[in-house]
Amino acid sequence: MYAFEIDRPATLADAITALGAEEAQALGGGQTLIPALKQRLAAPARLVALSGVAEIKGIRTGADGALCIGGGTTHAEVAAGAGAYPALAALAARIGDPAVRNRGTIGGSLANNDPSACYPAAVLASGATVVTTNREIAADDFFEGMFTTTLEDGEIITEVRFPVPEKANYQKFEQPASRFALVGVFVAKYADGVRVAVTGASEDGVFRWSEAEAALSKDFAPGALEGLSLSGEGMISDLHGSGDYRAHLVAVMTRRAVAAAG
Amino acid sequence: MPEVSMTVNGKPAKGQVEGRTLLVEFLRESLGLTGTHVGCDSSQCGACVVHVNGRAVKSCTMFAAEAEGAEVRTIESMAEPDGTLHPIQAAFQAHHGLQCGFCTPGMVMSAAALLAENPKPSEAEIREYLEGNICRCTGYHNIVKAILAASGQDVSAIAAE
Amino acid sequence: MPKDGGIGAATPRREDVRFLTGTGNYTDDINLRGQAYVYFLRSDVAHGRLNKVDTSAAEAMPGVLRVFTGEDFVEVGGIPCGWQVTDRFGQPMQEPRHPVLAHGKVRHVGDPIAAVVAETREQARDAAEAIELDIEELPAVVDMKAALVEGAPKVHDDLTSNLCYDWGFVEENKAAVDEAFQKAAHVTTLELVNNRLIANPMEPRVAVGDYNRATGDSTLYTTSQNPHVIRLLMGAFVLGIPEHKLRVVAPDVGGGFGSKIYHYAEEAFCTFAARALNRPVKWTSSRSEAFMSDAHGRDHVTKIELALDAENNFTALRTETYANMGAYLSTFAPSIPTWLHGTLMAGNYKTPLIYVNVKAVFTNTVPVDAYRGAGRPEATYQLERVIDKAARELGVDPIALRRQNFITEFPYATPVAVEYDTGDYHATMDKLEEIADLKGFAARRKESEAKGKLRGLGVNCYIEACGIAPSNLVGQLGARAGLYESATVRVNATGGITVMTGSHSHGQGHETSFAQVVADMIGIGADQVEIVHGDTANTPMGMGTYGSRSLAVGGSAMVRATEKIISKAKKIAAHLMEAAEGDIELKDGKFSVAGTDKSVAWGDVTLAAYVPHNYPLADLEPGLEETAFYDPSNFTYPSGAYACEVEVDPETGRVTIERFAAADDFGNIVNPMIVSGQVHGGIGQGIGQALLEGCAYDENGQLLTGSFMDYAMPRASDVPFFTVDHSCATPCTHNPLGVKGCGEAGAIGSPPAVVNAVVDALRSAGKDITHIDMPLTPARVWAAMQG
Repeated sequence: MYAFEIDRPATLADAITALGAEEAQALGGGQTLIPALKQRLAAPARLVALSGVAEIKGIRTGADGALCIGGGTTHAEVAAGAGAYPALAALAARIGDPAVRNRGTIGGSLANNDPSACYPAAVLASGATVVTTNREIAADDFFEGMFTTTLEDGEIITEVRFPVPEKANYQKFEQPASRFALVGVFVAKYADGVRVAVTGASEDGVFRWSEAEAALSKDFAPGALEGLSLSGEGMISDLHGSGDYRAHLVAVMTRRAVAAAG
Repeated sequence: MPEVSMTVNGKPAKGQVEGRTLLVEFLRESLGLTGTHVGCDSSQCGACVVHVNGRAVKSCTMFAAEAEGAEVRTIESMAEPDGTLHPIQAAFQAHHGLQCGFCTPGMVMSAAALLAENPKPSEAEIREYLEGNICRCTGYHNIVKAILAASGQDVSAIAAE
Repeated sequence: MPKDGGIGAATPRREDVRFLTGTGNYTDDINLRGQAYVYFLRSDVAHGRLNKVDTSAAEAMPGVLRVFTGEDFVEVGGIPCGWQVTDRFGQPMQEPRHPVLAHGKVRHVGDPIAAVVAETREQARDAAEAIELDIEELPAVVDMKAALVEGAPKVHDDLTSNLCYDWGFVEENKAAVDEAFQKAAHVTTLELVNNRLIANPMEPRVAVGDYNRATGDSTLYTTSQNPHVIRLLMGAFVLGIPEHKLRVVAPDVGGGFGSKIYHYAEEAFCTFAARALNRPVKWTSSRSEAFMSDAHGRDHVTKIELALDAENNFTALRTETYANMGAYLSTFAPSIPTWLHGTLMAGNYKTPLIYVNVKAVFTNTVPVDAYRGAGRPEATYQLERVIDKAARELGVDPIALRRQNFITEFPYATPVAVEYDTGDYHATMDKLEEIADLKGFAARRKESEAKGKLRGLGVNCYIEACGIAPSNLVGQLGARAGLYESATVRVNATGGITVMTGSHSHGQGHETSFAQVVADMIGIGADQVEIVHGDTANTPMGMGTYGSRSLAVGGSAMVRATEKIISKAKKIAAHLMEAAEGDIELKDGKFSVAGTDKSVAWGDVTLAAYVPHNYPLADLEPGLEETAFYDPSNFTYPSGAYACEVEVDPETGRVTIERFAAADDFGNIVNPMIVSGQVHGGIGQGIGQALLEGCAYDENGQLLTGSFMDYAMPRASDVPFFTVDHSCATPCTHNPLGVKGCGEAGAIGSPPAVVNAVVDALRSAGKDITHIDMPLTPARVWAAMQG
């Protein structure tokens, strides 16, 4: 790693101030950032560790009934505490491994927007709102492609507000080595329609499968997906699977998610 | 360099660290606790698992500075001071749950975290919990068996030796 | 019932206590006073000309002690190869120079270009970034067949081509084999790849070099399976340090699987730099570095043909293999696709005529050498796959086809130059059918089908040659070393025993099992016996641990030394009891005079040996310490039968291992618990090879699987509990313990079982699939199913 200073602010206000410094970068759980730093792929002058900021931790129910998860909440805490949204808790319970889940945070995962991460699928399929130190961002506006989001320098994710669906399920097909999602599909059924978000597959990062959404909004059953497929074009093609394979898996995982959602 | 202080294995520990000093480096190099190992640089192998405030953490993926004020527990504290092995350690020995020993500290610490959360895990739950602990020697057979045994479950039906 | 702690007892391992309590002593746990750190700047291109390596800016960086480049090693020897293969035409293989640091050219991603020694690790790495490089990138050769095409870029400019050797075995049989194929009633042909693997022991490699200016002695602490071999190779061939001025210590070593046999440049560098700088110099490999600097394994591309007569008897076998050597010859590399592969092609079968052709090829990839099984998995895989395919083509039961062709009389001289001493292949197959519950398969398949899954059964046999190896034989075959093993048994005055062995334990539990042997022979408690290994300063010259050789060869040396001890102790006992030496019996740690009630305890005799007041000094030296070197007269031939049941998800191609059973014949067994553990671990790695692991390069020689993020290591959830059995024992006839070796069997026997099972599963769904190359990832299985 290159040398850097590390700050451990105790309040959000201090964190914002610290992030104002030259070449400062926020550190969530560090489960992706620290390995990248070890490879010297990033060279921040200062890391602002958010692990001491109590204000952005925890799970609460919002006035509108949404499940609100603090940006600094770990995957393990979501797995244990998001009982109001079982599909989300189940997703969190299968990110990485237990030790990673004890450090990694929802805010860190979303800010990083790894194309194979699980959380972006849940956020997008739920039409969640990403709340930051500056503003509220609709899920549809948040993700801007692989490792890219609409977040600006110094902006911290303080909370993610998930409208709780009637039914939902996440199906992850793991890449055999990294155990990230080779394809992950999150299906959420709301009173006003179904949303289907796919992670792991596309070169543009997490995306919504609109044909499946339309079909499922009419009839929320696996059979409604009959005949629907995606093209392998624009899908990630690597050693672990071709674009065609990923496209095929999206359809399989979507069907399974609908079946499991009941 | 800033100073960090924490409790390690029940005793106060402090030292100078850089921002980039990892918890595992602090444990191994500053405190001489070399039982915690480093087997990869992508946070996957789990040889470095320790407990921080009672939870399993990969000490190669956490900065020492972030453990300020924390309770850290490493493999060195698992046995009794008189040398009596912790039940998980004893089960690993009885069921040959280790060979080269390199992944073992992380395995034992992960197993301890599992049994604290789930005192009677099933075989499948154990295998899933060990997702982040790679062993190259044992094919996991005797590790899973040892953890089942350590949790007080009958392992006599599992193909023995 | 075996005696507690004696031969045959499942004694818990004594070494476990230190490993379980975090008090082991691995090489990275060693830190010497005044230690400096080295960082290797490695090539990020597969093939290139080094036009400039300017270290001046780096030299001026904070904390830097010195920056070394290939220029510093021009006068130093290259990393040697320990085996010279002679080709079909009687010519020696092409053997390129392998410099400690690249000079003139870089030849693979990871080839070290410069080494920065600094006060801290990070300072060394910072300074490495300040080295100015001008590398003219050259076209790389990655594919073996393309590398042999006329005009292909040459990895080594001074060699005639990228062909290391073209080996034929047995060359004299070639015409007869070809003729048998012409007469065959049926010929089955299969082309396959034995995938390139990375051993990935959980402990990355580490080297700490030290130099004592007062004595002129050098010491190297290193993660090695064979410290004496490193001392000899590095001292004699690289650095020119005589062995009495060089000590190599391999303390607790966290797994090896072959990858820690070889002498590596980093070891030579740390030893060299410690002397040059008069400071200890330490290198700890990161895992990322390990992927591009540890020797890889396997990587064969093979065409195999099996000829059968009208009664389905195997009449001939013919293979053509391309074996990747990588960019340089690693220590044992040339021997793996030849003598450890070709000699095993008979397998368990009485095929009368066999011809094996192997072309070893240089490519711009990391050197390839032995990985658990080494040559024997490659032989077993192709043979057991082609037999399975033949059975399907002929419409016969694959087990029956195997049984029909089993070798049943021993000793059996194969047409590929080895003689199996013992074995009972029907017995292990019978045992397998029982423990795998093959009768229940049909019902289990129905259950899987009811869940929408395809279920397949794969069965295969294996034989391996281990207990490596008779020195005179391997010398004729090109080995530049002997392959004996050594032991010194030192009995202390108060009766305790220290055994110094040349074998090395890096997970195998020798400290426990070796002690069981000596304790059993004398009849004392195993806690009275201590096993010392891993340090050239206090163990006799030995060849180390690999090739499932330690108990068969190292254990035999220990038995011979202990026999000498007992013989001398009986003389002392005879003197003490005033009896004839021939009347002395040793039982349960007590010497008695046959037919009398006279006896002396073990401790009385050992004390007399060191306090020789009442002692036959005129006839016998005091003391009780003996050394033996054991050179085996033959290889040992463990064998067995394995069965795997898989489920395939037809929608995703994902394969899960549902059941796995192994029936092995390892001859006699010293510690059945340890033996089972070895088999479990081997099966885990074999399943890894079959389903998960595959080292991949792109066409430019960039390593695509450079970390655990892309190289899939087996996890606990990838495997089930295994059913293993080693009750079918036909003891080895030519070593004193009757043991055969068990370390590699699991990795040799399991890949074909898995692949046979997957093919069986897919065919059960009507897919006309005859083969899928490993690793059988979901993507590959799915693609195969799409036709």
